[in-house]
Amino acid sequence: MSKKSQKFEGDPNTTGHEWDGIEEFDNPMPRWWLWTFYATIIWGVLYTIAYPAWPLVNSATAGILGWSTRGDVAAEITAVEEANAPINAKLEATELTAIAADPELNSYAVSAGDAVFKTWCAQCHGSGAAGAKGYPNLLDDDWLWGGSVEDIHATVAHGIRNEDSDDARYSEMPAFGRDELLEREEISQVVNFVMSLSGEAQDASQVEAGSVVFAENCASCHADDGTGDRSQGAPNLADAIWLYGGDYATLTETVSNSRYGVMPAWNTRLTEAQIRAVSAYVHQLGGGE
Amino acid sequence: MAILDKHKILETNATLLLICSFLVVTIGGLVQIAPLFYLENTIEEVEGMRPYTPLELAGREVYIREGCYVCHSQMIRPMRDEVERYGHYSLAAESMYDRPFQWGSKRTGPDLARVGGRYSDEWHVDHLRDPQAVVPESVMPKYGFLEEKKIDGKYIGEIMATNALLGTPYSDEMVEQAQRDFRAQADPDSDYDGLLERYGEKVNVRNFDGQPGVSEADALIAYLQMLGTLVDFSTFTPDASR
Repeated sequence: MSKKSQKFEGDPNTTGHEWDGIEEFDNPMPRWWLWTFYATIIWGVLYTIAYPAWPLVNSATAGILGWSTRGDVAAEITAVEEANAPINAKLEATELTAIAADPELNSYAVSAGDAVFKTWCAQCHGSGAAGAKGYPNLLDDDWLWGGSVEDIHATVAHGIRNEDSDDARYSEMPAFGRDELLEREEISQVVNFVMSLSGEAQDASQVEAGSVVFAENCASCHADDGTGDRSQGAPNLADAIWLYGGDYATLTETVSNSRYGVMPAWNTRLTEAQIRAVSAYVHQLGGGE
Repeated sequence: MAILDKHKILETNATLLLICSFLVVTIGGLVQIAPLFYLENTIEEVEGMRPYTPLELAGREVYIREGCYVCHSQMIRPMRDEVERYGHYSLAAESMYDRPFQWGSKRTGPDLARVGGRYSDEWHVDHLRDPQAVVPESVMPKYGFLEEKKIDGKYIGEIMATNALLGTPYSDEMVEQAQRDFRAQADPDSDYDGLLERYGEKVNVRNFDGQPGVSEADALIAYLQMLGTLVDFSTFTPDASR
Protein backbone atom coordinates (compact mmCIF):
# COMPACT_ATOMS: atom_id res chain seq x y z
CA MET A 1 0.00 0.00 0.00
CA SER A 2 1.36 3.36 -0.97
CA LYS A 3 1.78 5.86 1.82
CA LYS A 4 2.31 8.67 -0.60
CA SER A 5 0.38 11.79 0.20
CA GLN A 6 -2.32 12.83 -2.29
CA LYS A 7 -1.66 16.47 -1.51
CA PHE A 8 -1.42 18.88 -4.45
CA GLU A 9 0.14 22.27 -4.66
CA GLY A 10 -2.07 25.06 -3.34
CA ASP A 11 -3.97 22.74 -0.98
CA PRO A 12 -4.25 23.94 2.63
CA ASN A 13 -2.16 22.33 5.32
CA THR A 14 -3.41 19.15 6.92
CA THR A 15 -4.26 18.76 10.60
CA GLY A 16 -1.59 16.14 10.97
CA HIS A 17 -4.15 13.45 11.74
CA GLU A 18 -3.95 10.39 9.58
CA TRP A 19 -6.11 7.29 9.52
CA ASP A 20 -5.17 4.49 7.19
CA GLY A 21 -3.69 6.95 4.77
CA ILE A 22 -6.61 9.38 4.91
CA GLU A 23 -5.58 12.86 5.94
CA GLU A 24 -7.64 15.91 6.93
CA PHE A 25 -7.34 19.48 5.56
CA ASP A 26 -6.98 22.17 8.18
CA ASN A 27 -9.42 24.66 6.62
CA PRO A 28 -10.28 27.74 8.71
CA MET A 29 -13.83 27.99 10.13
CA PRO A 30 -16.19 30.16 8.05
CA ARG A 31 -15.84 33.74 9.27
CA TRP A 32 -19.59 34.23 9.92
CA TRP A 33 -19.66 31.05 12.04
CA LEU A 34 -16.64 32.04 14.07
CA TRP A 35 -18.01 35.52 14.91
CA THR A 36 -21.40 34.08 15.82
CA PHE A 37 -19.61 31.70 18.15
CA TYR A 38 -17.68 34.52 19.84
CA ALA A 39 -20.89 36.55 20.10
CA THR A 40 -22.68 33.72 21.93
CA ILE A 41 -19.82 33.52 24.46
CA ILE A 42 -20.07 37.26 25.12
CA TRP A 43 -23.87 36.99 25.30
CA GLY A 44 -23.55 34.15 27.80
CA VAL A 45 -21.27 36.13 30.09
CA LEU A 46 -23.44 39.25 29.94
CA TYR A 47 -26.56 37.17 30.58
CA THR A 48 -25.18 35.75 33.82
CA ILE A 49 -24.36 39.30 34.93
CA ALA A 50 -27.79 40.65 34.04
CA TYR A 51 -29.90 37.79 35.39
CA PRO A 52 -29.78 35.56 38.50
CA ALA A 53 -27.02 33.01 37.95
CA TRP A 54 -23.91 32.30 39.95
CA PRO A 55 -24.04 30.46 43.26
CA LEU A 56 -21.82 32.20 45.82
CA VAL A 57 -21.23 31.51 49.51
CA ASN A 58 -24.59 32.46 51.05
CA SER A 59 -26.76 33.26 48.10
CA ALA A 60 -26.74 33.33 44.34
CA THR A 61 -26.15 36.52 42.37
CA ALA A 62 -29.43 38.34 41.77
CA GLY A 63 -28.43 39.93 38.45
CA ILE A 64 -28.13 43.66 37.87
CA LEU A 65 -31.54 43.86 36.19
CA GLY A 66 -33.15 42.66 39.43
CA TRP A 67 -35.46 40.35 37.49
CA SER A 68 -37.21 37.40 39.15
CA THR A 69 -40.04 35.08 38.13
CA ARG A 70 -42.02 36.02 41.21
CA GLY A 71 -41.45 39.72 40.68
CA ASP A 72 -42.53 39.28 37.08
CA VAL A 73 -45.83 37.59 37.90
CA ALA A 74 -46.53 40.07 40.71
CA ALA A 75 -45.98 42.98 38.32
CA GLU A 76 -48.25 41.40 35.73
CA ILE A 77 -51.03 40.84 38.27
CA THR A 78 -50.65 44.38 39.63
CA ALA A 79 -50.88 45.84 36.13
CA VAL A 80 -54.18 44.06 35.48
CA GLU A 81 -55.51 44.98 38.91
CA GLU A 82 -54.65 48.62 38.36
CA ALA A 83 -56.26 48.65 34.95
CA ASN A 84 -59.48 47.25 36.46
CA ALA A 85 -59.26 49.24 39.71
CA PRO A 86 -61.58 52.13 38.72
CA ILE A 87 -64.38 49.90 37.45
CA ASN A 88 -63.95 47.44 40.33
CA ALA A 89 -64.20 50.36 42.77
CA LYS A 90 -67.36 51.48 41.02
CA LEU A 91 -68.73 47.93 41.18
CA GLU A 92 -68.10 47.79 44.91
CA ALA A 93 -69.59 51.23 45.52
CA THR A 94 -72.76 50.70 43.50
CA GLU A 95 -75.84 49.22 45.12
CA LEU A 96 -76.22 45.63 43.96
CA THR A 97 -79.68 46.32 42.61
CA ALA A 98 -78.44 49.35 40.66
CA ILE A 99 -75.76 47.47 38.70
CA ALA A 100 -78.18 46.29 36.02
CA ALA A 101 -79.28 49.85 35.32
CA ASP A 102 -75.77 50.98 34.34
CA PRO A 103 -75.04 49.43 30.93
CA GLU A 104 -71.23 49.78 31.09
CA LEU A 105 -70.96 48.48 34.64
CA ASN A 106 -73.43 45.70 33.97
CA SER A 107 -71.57 44.57 30.89
CA TYR A 108 -68.30 44.46 32.85
CA ALA A 109 -69.89 42.68 35.83
CA VAL A 110 -71.54 40.03 33.66
CA SER A 111 -68.37 39.31 31.65
CA ALA A 112 -66.17 39.22 34.74
CA GLY A 113 -68.80 37.16 36.54
CA ASP A 114 -68.89 34.71 33.65
CA ALA A 115 -65.13 34.17 34.01
CA VAL A 116 -65.42 33.75 37.78
CA PHE A 117 -68.30 31.32 37.33
CA LYS A 118 -66.44 29.17 34.80
CA THR A 119 -63.42 28.99 37.10
CA TRP A 120 -64.95 28.50 40.53
CA CYS A 121 -68.61 27.52 40.22
CA ALA A 122 -68.96 25.38 37.08
CA GLN A 123 -67.60 22.22 38.72
CA CYS A 124 -70.78 21.90 40.80
CA HIS A 125 -73.37 24.03 39.03
CA GLY A 126 -72.27 23.03 35.52
CA SER A 127 -70.52 25.15 32.92
CA GLY A 128 -73.93 26.22 31.63
CA ALA A 129 -75.25 26.74 35.21
CA ALA A 130 -77.90 24.05 34.77
CA GLY A 131 -76.72 22.23 37.89
CA ALA A 132 -76.71 18.50 38.57
CA LYS A 133 -78.35 16.16 41.04
CA GLY A 134 -77.82 17.83 44.41
CA TYR A 135 -76.39 21.02 42.89
CA PRO A 136 -79.06 23.61 42.10
CA ASN A 137 -79.91 24.76 38.60
CA LEU A 138 -79.26 28.52 38.47
CA LEU A 139 -81.07 29.11 35.20
CA ASP A 140 -84.62 28.65 36.47
CA ASP A 141 -86.64 30.83 38.81
CA ASP A 142 -86.82 28.27 41.60
CA TRP A 143 -84.55 29.47 44.42
CA LEU A 144 -83.74 27.77 47.71
CA TRP A 145 -82.43 30.82 49.54
CA GLY A 146 -83.76 33.64 47.38
CA GLY A 147 -83.14 34.89 43.88
CA SER A 148 -82.69 38.62 44.32
CA VAL A 149 -79.20 39.86 43.55
CA GLU A 150 -78.67 40.58 47.27
CA ASP A 151 -79.70 37.05 48.22
CA ILE A 152 -77.40 35.57 45.58
CA HIS A 153 -74.58 37.81 46.79
CA ALA A 154 -75.04 36.64 50.39
CA THR A 155 -75.08 33.00 49.31
CA VAL A 156 -71.92 33.33 47.21
CA ALA A 157 -70.03 35.30 49.85
CA HIS A 158 -70.82 33.09 52.84
CA GLY A 159 -71.86 29.80 51.31
CA ILE A 160 -74.17 27.20 52.73
CA ARG A 161 -73.64 24.87 55.72
CA ASN A 162 -69.85 25.25 55.66
CA GLU A 163 -67.32 25.70 58.43
CA ASP A 164 -65.51 28.61 56.76
CA SER A 165 -67.96 31.42 57.46
CA ASP A 166 -69.96 32.22 60.58
CA ASP A 167 -72.57 33.85 58.36
CA ALA A 168 -73.02 30.81 56.17
CA ARG A 169 -76.64 30.01 55.43
CA TYR A 170 -77.68 27.18 57.66
CA SER A 171 -80.57 24.81 58.11
CA GLU A 172 -80.75 21.11 58.67
CA MET A 173 -83.58 18.78 57.82
CA PRO A 174 -84.05 15.98 60.35
CA ALA A 175 -83.29 12.46 59.15
CA PHE A 176 -86.78 11.18 59.82
CA GLY A 177 -85.97 7.55 59.10
CA ARG A 178 -82.40 7.22 60.35
CA ASP A 179 -83.17 8.98 63.61
CA GLU A 180 -86.45 7.09 63.97
CA LEU A 181 -88.67 10.16 64.07
CA LEU A 182 -91.20 8.58 61.73
CA GLU A 183 -92.26 5.01 61.15
CA ARG A 184 -91.53 3.45 57.78
CA GLU A 185 -95.26 3.48 57.08
CA GLU A 186 -95.49 7.21 57.81
CA ILE A 187 -92.55 7.97 55.54
CA SER A 188 -94.26 6.14 52.72
CA GLN A 189 -97.43 8.13 53.34
CA VAL A 190 -95.74 11.50 53.43
CA VAL A 191 -93.70 10.70 50.31
CA ASN A 192 -96.92 9.90 48.48
CA PHE A 193 -98.44 13.15 49.72
CA VAL A 194 -95.43 15.17 48.55
CA MET A 195 -95.60 13.47 45.15
CA SER A 196 -99.27 14.37 44.91
CA LEU A 197 -98.46 18.08 45.38
CA SER A 198 -96.95 18.40 41.95
CA GLY A 199 -98.04 15.29 40.15
CA GLU A 200 -99.24 11.82 40.85
CA ALA A 201 -98.65 9.82 44.00
CA GLN A 202 -97.33 6.30 43.62
CA ASP A 203 -100.09 5.05 45.88
CA ALA A 204 -103.05 7.44 45.94
CA SER A 205 -104.61 5.72 48.95
CA GLN A 206 -101.77 6.93 51.20
CA VAL A 207 -102.05 10.61 50.27
CA GLU A 208 -104.63 11.54 52.84
CA ALA A 209 -102.74 9.95 55.72
CA GLY A 210 -99.58 11.56 54.35
CA SER A 211 -101.12 15.01 54.54
CA VAL A 212 -101.53 14.55 58.28
CA VAL A 213 -97.90 13.44 58.67
CA PHE A 214 -96.83 16.41 56.55
CA ALA A 215 -98.82 18.91 58.60
CA GLU A 216 -97.32 17.61 61.82
CA ASN A 217 -93.71 17.16 60.77
CA CYS A 218 -92.90 19.08 57.61
CA ALA A 219 -95.17 22.09 57.32
CA SER A 220 -93.24 24.21 59.83
CA CYS A 221 -90.43 24.56 57.29
CA HIS A 222 -91.98 23.60 53.96
CA ALA A 223 -95.21 25.58 54.68
CA ASP A 224 -98.74 24.17 54.92
CA ASP A 225 -99.16 24.02 51.16
CA GLY A 226 -95.62 22.68 50.61
CA THR A 227 -94.36 25.80 48.88
CA GLY A 228 -91.33 26.00 51.13
CA ASP A 229 -89.64 28.79 53.08
CA ARG A 230 -86.67 30.60 51.66
CA SER A 231 -85.57 32.00 55.01
CA GLN A 232 -84.74 28.41 55.98
CA GLY A 233 -83.71 27.21 52.55
CA ALA A 234 -86.65 24.80 52.63
CA PRO A 235 -87.43 23.87 49.02
CA ASN A 236 -90.78 24.37 47.37
CA LEU A 237 -92.22 20.85 47.09
CA ALA A 238 -95.17 21.79 44.92
CA ASP A 239 -93.49 23.09 41.77
CA ALA A 240 -92.28 19.81 40.23
CA ILE A 241 -88.66 21.05 40.37
CA TRP A 242 -86.44 18.63 42.27
CA LEU A 243 -82.88 19.03 43.50
CA TYR A 244 -82.31 15.34 44.21
CA GLY A 245 -85.26 13.82 42.39
CA GLY A 246 -89.03 13.54 42.79
CA ASP A 247 -89.56 9.83 42.33
CA TYR A 248 -90.69 7.60 45.17
CA ALA A 249 -87.29 6.03 45.88
CA THR A 250 -85.37 9.31 45.93
CA LEU A 251 -87.94 11.06 48.09
CA THR A 252 -87.92 8.15 50.52
CA GLU A 253 -84.13 8.46 50.71
CA THR A 254 -84.43 12.23 51.27
CA VAL A 255 -87.02 11.93 54.05
CA SER A 256 -85.24 9.00 55.71
CA ASN A 257 -81.66 10.28 55.71
CA SER A 258 -82.14 13.99 55.01
CA ARG A 259 -79.89 16.04 52.72
CA TYR A 260 -77.09 18.33 53.70
CA GLY A 261 -75.79 20.19 50.67
CA VAL A 262 -72.68 22.26 51.36
CA MET A 263 -71.41 25.26 49.43
CA PRO A 264 -68.05 26.85 50.34
CA ALA A 265 -67.83 30.48 51.45
CA TRP A 266 -66.21 32.39 48.61
CA ASN A 267 -65.33 35.57 50.48
CA THR A 268 -62.15 33.87 51.63
CA ARG A 269 -61.03 33.16 48.07
CA LEU A 270 -62.57 35.84 45.85
CA THR A 271 -62.51 39.62 46.10
CA GLU A 272 -65.69 41.59 46.83
CA ALA A 273 -65.70 42.82 43.23
CA GLN A 274 -65.51 39.24 41.94
CA ILE A 275 -68.34 38.14 44.24
CA ARG A 276 -70.50 41.05 43.07
CA ALA A 277 -69.66 40.29 39.45
CA VAL A 278 -70.60 36.62 39.73
CA SER A 279 -73.80 37.55 41.61
CA ALA A 280 -74.77 39.89 38.77
CA TYR A 281 -73.91 37.15 36.27
CA VAL A 282 -76.04 34.51 38.01
CA HIS A 283 -78.86 37.01 38.50
CA GLN A 284 -79.14 37.73 34.78
CA LEU A 285 -79.02 34.06 33.71
CA GLY A 286 -82.80 33.87 33.57
CA GLY A 287 -84.28 33.36 37.02
CA GLY A 288 -83.11 36.51 38.81
CA GLU A 289 -85.74 38.34 40.80
CA MET B 1 0.19 22.35 21.56
CA ALA B 2 1.78 20.37 24.36
CA ILE B 3 -1.46 19.89 26.29
CA LEU B 4 -3.36 18.94 23.15
CA ASP B 5 -0.75 16.30 22.40
CA LYS B 6 -1.44 14.79 25.83
CA HIS B 7 -5.09 14.58 24.83
CA LYS B 8 -4.11 11.65 22.70
CA ILE B 9 -3.39 9.67 25.86
CA LEU B 10 -7.04 10.10 26.91
CA GLU B 11 -8.37 9.31 23.49
CA THR B 12 -6.48 6.09 23.21
CA ASN B 13 -7.18 4.84 26.76
CA ALA B 14 -10.84 3.93 27.20
CA THR B 15 -10.76 3.46 30.97
CA LEU B 16 -8.96 6.73 31.57
CA LEU B 17 -11.42 8.50 29.24
CA LEU B 18 -14.33 7.06 31.22
CA ILE B 19 -12.91 8.16 34.57
CA CYS B 20 -12.13 11.67 33.36
CA SER B 21 -15.54 12.06 31.67
CA PHE B 22 -17.16 11.04 34.94
CA LEU B 23 -15.12 13.64 36.83
CA VAL B 24 -16.17 16.40 34.44
CA VAL B 25 -19.87 15.47 34.70
CA THR B 26 -19.55 15.30 38.49
CA ILE B 27 -18.18 18.83 38.64
CA GLY B 28 -21.03 20.06 36.45
CA GLY B 29 -23.60 18.36 38.65
CA LEU B 30 -22.06 19.64 41.88
CA VAL B 31 -21.98 23.23 40.65
CA GLN B 32 -25.63 23.06 39.63
CA ILE B 33 -27.17 21.02 42.41
CA ALA B 34 -25.08 21.33 45.57
CA PRO B 35 -25.61 25.10 46.06
CA LEU B 36 -29.39 24.55 46.25
CA PHE B 37 -28.88 22.85 49.60
CA TYR B 38 -27.21 25.82 51.27
CA LEU B 39 -28.08 29.00 49.36
CA GLU B 40 -30.28 31.26 51.46
CA ASN B 41 -32.31 32.40 48.48
CA THR B 42 -33.34 28.91 47.48
CA ILE B 43 -34.53 27.79 50.90
CA GLU B 44 -37.73 29.51 51.97
CA GLU B 45 -39.17 28.87 55.39
CA VAL B 46 -42.90 29.27 55.72
CA GLU B 47 -45.30 29.05 58.63
CA GLY B 48 -48.10 26.56 58.84
CA MET B 49 -46.51 23.50 57.26
CA ARG B 50 -47.10 20.29 59.18
CA PRO B 51 -46.62 16.61 58.32
CA TYR B 52 -49.63 14.75 56.96
CA THR B 53 -51.99 13.18 59.47
CA PRO B 54 -52.18 9.36 59.27
CA LEU B 55 -55.49 9.49 57.36
CA GLU B 56 -54.20 12.09 54.90
CA LEU B 57 -51.02 10.08 54.41
CA ALA B 58 -53.12 7.01 53.62
CA GLY B 59 -55.11 9.12 51.16
CA ARG B 60 -51.87 10.21 49.59
CA GLU B 61 -50.90 6.56 49.15
CA VAL B 62 -54.23 5.98 47.39
CA TYR B 63 -53.57 9.03 45.21
CA ILE B 64 -50.20 7.60 44.19
CA ARG B 65 -51.50 4.06 43.76
CA GLU B 66 -54.31 5.19 41.45
CA GLY B 67 -51.87 7.27 39.43
CA CYS B 68 -53.75 10.53 39.94
CA TYR B 69 -50.49 12.37 39.24
CA VAL B 70 -50.59 11.13 35.65
CA CYS B 71 -53.44 13.54 34.86
CA HIS B 72 -53.33 16.03 37.75
CA SER B 73 -50.40 18.25 38.63
CA GLN B 74 -49.83 19.76 42.07
CA MET B 75 -47.77 22.73 41.03
CA ILE B 76 -49.23 26.15 40.38
CA ARG B 77 -46.63 27.94 38.30
CA PRO B 78 -45.87 31.62 38.86
CA MET B 79 -47.91 32.90 35.94
CA ARG B 80 -50.90 35.20 36.09
CA ASP B 81 -53.37 32.87 34.39
CA GLU B 82 -52.48 30.02 36.74
CA VAL B 83 -52.66 32.20 39.84
CA GLU B 84 -56.08 33.52 38.75
CA ARG B 85 -57.40 30.04 38.14
CA TYR B 86 -55.88 28.00 40.96
CA GLY B 87 -54.76 30.47 43.62
CA HIS B 88 -51.34 31.54 44.89
CA TYR B 89 -48.43 29.91 43.08
CA SER B 90 -46.93 26.90 44.84
CA LEU B 91 -43.96 27.31 47.16
CA ALA B 92 -41.17 24.73 47.40
CA ALA B 93 -41.81 24.50 51.14
CA GLU B 94 -45.35 23.32 50.51
CA SER B 95 -43.91 20.06 49.18
CA MET B 96 -41.43 19.64 52.01
CA TYR B 97 -43.11 16.55 53.49
CA ASP B 98 -43.91 14.97 50.13
CA ARG B 99 -41.94 11.82 49.46
CA PRO B 100 -42.07 11.65 46.53
CA PHE B 101 -43.46 15.04 45.54
CA GLN B 102 -46.61 15.04 43.37
CA TRP B 103 -45.84 18.01 41.13
CA GLY B 104 -46.66 16.02 38.01
CA SER B 105 -45.99 17.20 34.51
CA LYS B 106 -49.29 16.81 32.72
CA ARG B 107 -52.70 18.34 33.14
CA THR B 108 -55.44 16.30 31.58
CA GLY B 109 -57.41 17.32 34.65
CA PRO B 110 -56.93 20.54 36.62
CA ASP B 111 -54.12 21.28 39.03
CA LEU B 112 -54.89 20.08 42.55
CA ALA B 113 -52.28 21.94 44.57
CA ARG B 114 -54.98 24.12 46.22
CA VAL B 115 -58.08 22.00 45.80
CA GLY B 116 -58.58 21.82 49.59
CA GLY B 117 -61.87 23.40 50.70
CA ARG B 118 -62.80 24.32 47.16
CA TYR B 119 -65.57 21.71 46.96
CA SER B 120 -67.75 20.04 49.56
CA ASP B 121 -67.01 16.49 50.75
CA GLU B 122 -70.26 15.43 49.15
CA TRP B 123 -69.10 16.81 45.82
CA HIS B 124 -65.92 14.75 46.07
CA VAL B 125 -67.94 11.61 46.80
CA ASP B 126 -70.29 12.31 43.86
CA HIS B 127 -67.36 13.17 41.64
CA LEU B 128 -65.24 10.14 42.50
CA ARG B 129 -68.24 7.88 42.03
CA ASP B 130 -69.19 9.32 38.66
CA PRO B 131 -67.26 12.38 37.48
CA GLN B 132 -69.60 12.96 34.55
CA ALA B 133 -72.58 13.27 36.91
CA VAL B 134 -71.26 16.62 38.11
CA VAL B 135 -68.91 17.62 35.28
CA PRO B 136 -70.43 16.25 32.04
CA GLU B 137 -67.42 17.24 29.92
CA SER B 138 -64.95 15.39 32.17
CA VAL B 139 -62.93 12.42 30.88
CA MET B 140 -61.99 11.18 34.35
CA PRO B 141 -62.59 7.49 35.09
CA LYS B 142 -64.91 6.41 37.91
CA TYR B 143 -63.44 5.68 41.35
CA GLY B 144 -66.58 4.54 43.14
CA PHE B 145 -64.81 1.39 44.34
CA LEU B 146 -62.80 3.50 46.78
CA GLU B 147 -65.85 3.93 49.05
CA GLU B 148 -66.37 0.21 49.23
CA LYS B 149 -62.81 -0.63 50.24
CA LYS B 150 -62.63 -0.29 54.03
CA ILE B 151 -59.19 0.30 55.51
CA ASP B 152 -57.95 0.06 59.07
CA GLY B 153 -54.65 1.95 58.97
CA LYS B 154 -52.79 -1.08 60.27
CA TYR B 155 -49.53 -0.19 58.53
CA ILE B 156 -49.80 3.58 58.47
CA GLY B 157 -47.54 3.86 61.54
CA GLU B 158 -44.80 2.03 59.65
CA ILE B 159 -45.07 4.41 56.70
CA MET B 160 -44.81 7.32 59.14
CA ALA B 161 -41.79 5.76 60.82
CA THR B 162 -40.12 5.44 57.41
CA ASN B 163 -40.87 9.08 56.66
CA ALA B 164 -39.50 10.03 60.08
CA LEU B 165 -36.29 8.17 59.22
CA LEU B 166 -36.01 10.35 56.11
CA GLY B 167 -36.46 13.55 58.10
CA THR B 168 -40.20 14.23 58.35
CA PRO B 169 -40.76 15.43 61.93
CA TYR B 170 -43.11 12.66 63.10
CA SER B 171 -42.62 12.22 66.84
CA ASP B 172 -42.59 8.79 68.49
CA GLU B 173 -45.97 9.68 69.95
CA MET B 174 -47.40 10.41 66.51
CA VAL B 175 -46.18 7.04 65.23
CA GLU B 176 -47.52 5.22 68.29
CA GLN B 177 -50.94 6.87 68.04
CA ALA B 178 -51.09 6.56 64.25
CA GLN B 179 -53.89 4.05 64.01
CA ARG B 180 -55.95 5.84 66.64
CA ASP B 181 -55.55 9.22 64.91
CA PHE B 182 -56.32 7.51 61.63
CA ARG B 183 -59.73 6.39 62.90
CA ALA B 184 -60.47 9.56 64.82
CA GLN B 185 -60.14 11.91 61.86
CA ALA B 186 -62.89 10.18 59.91
CA ASP B 187 -65.28 10.08 62.86
CA PRO B 188 -66.51 13.40 64.28
CA ASP B 189 -68.12 11.55 67.20
CA SER B 190 -64.79 10.13 68.36
CA ASP B 191 -62.36 11.58 70.86
CA TYR B 192 -60.10 13.45 68.49
CA ASP B 193 -58.50 15.90 70.93
CA GLY B 194 -55.19 14.02 70.71
CA LEU B 195 -55.21 14.28 66.92
CA LEU B 196 -55.70 18.07 67.04
CA GLU B 197 -53.05 18.38 69.73
CA ARG B 198 -50.51 16.54 67.60
CA TYR B 199 -51.34 18.01 64.18
CA GLY B 200 -52.93 21.37 64.94
CA GLU B 201 -56.41 22.83 65.31
CA LYS B 202 -56.92 23.23 61.57
CA VAL B 203 -57.10 19.48 60.87
CA ASN B 204 -60.44 18.56 59.25
CA VAL B 205 -62.30 15.99 61.33
CA ARG B 206 -65.32 14.81 59.38
CA ASN B 207 -66.95 11.71 58.03
CA PHE B 208 -65.66 12.55 54.59
CA ASP B 209 -67.54 9.93 52.56
CA GLY B 210 -70.72 10.14 54.66
CA GLN B 211 -70.72 6.40 55.35
CA PRO B 212 -69.88 4.45 58.49
CA GLY B 213 -66.33 3.14 58.82
CA VAL B 214 -63.12 4.36 57.21
CA SER B 215 -62.89 3.77 53.46
CA GLU B 216 -60.21 4.62 50.94
CA ALA B 217 -62.52 7.41 49.78
CA ASP B 218 -62.42 8.87 53.32
CA ALA B 219 -58.64 8.89 53.21
CA LEU B 220 -58.40 10.32 49.71
CA ILE B 221 -60.93 13.09 50.39
CA ALA B 222 -59.21 13.96 53.68
CA TYR B 223 -55.97 14.33 51.69
CA LEU B 224 -57.58 16.39 48.92
CA GLN B 225 -59.40 18.66 51.38
CA MET B 226 -56.14 19.74 53.06
CA LEU B 227 -54.10 20.26 49.88
CA GLY B 228 -52.73 23.78 49.70
CA THR B 229 -54.54 24.98 52.81
CA LEU B 230 -51.65 24.96 55.29
CA VAL B 231 -49.93 28.23 54.41
CA ASP B 232 -52.00 31.30 55.22
CA PHE B 233 -51.38 33.72 52.36
CA SER B 234 -53.26 36.52 54.08
CA THR B 235 -50.33 36.80 56.49
CA PHE B 236 -47.46 35.47 54.39
CA THR B 237 -45.90 37.30 51.46
CA PRO B 238 -43.21 35.35 49.63
CA ASP B 239 -39.88 37.03 48.98
CA ALA B 240 -39.79 38.11 45.33
CA SER B 241 -36.11 37.24 44.86
CA ARG B 242 -36.44 33.50 45.17
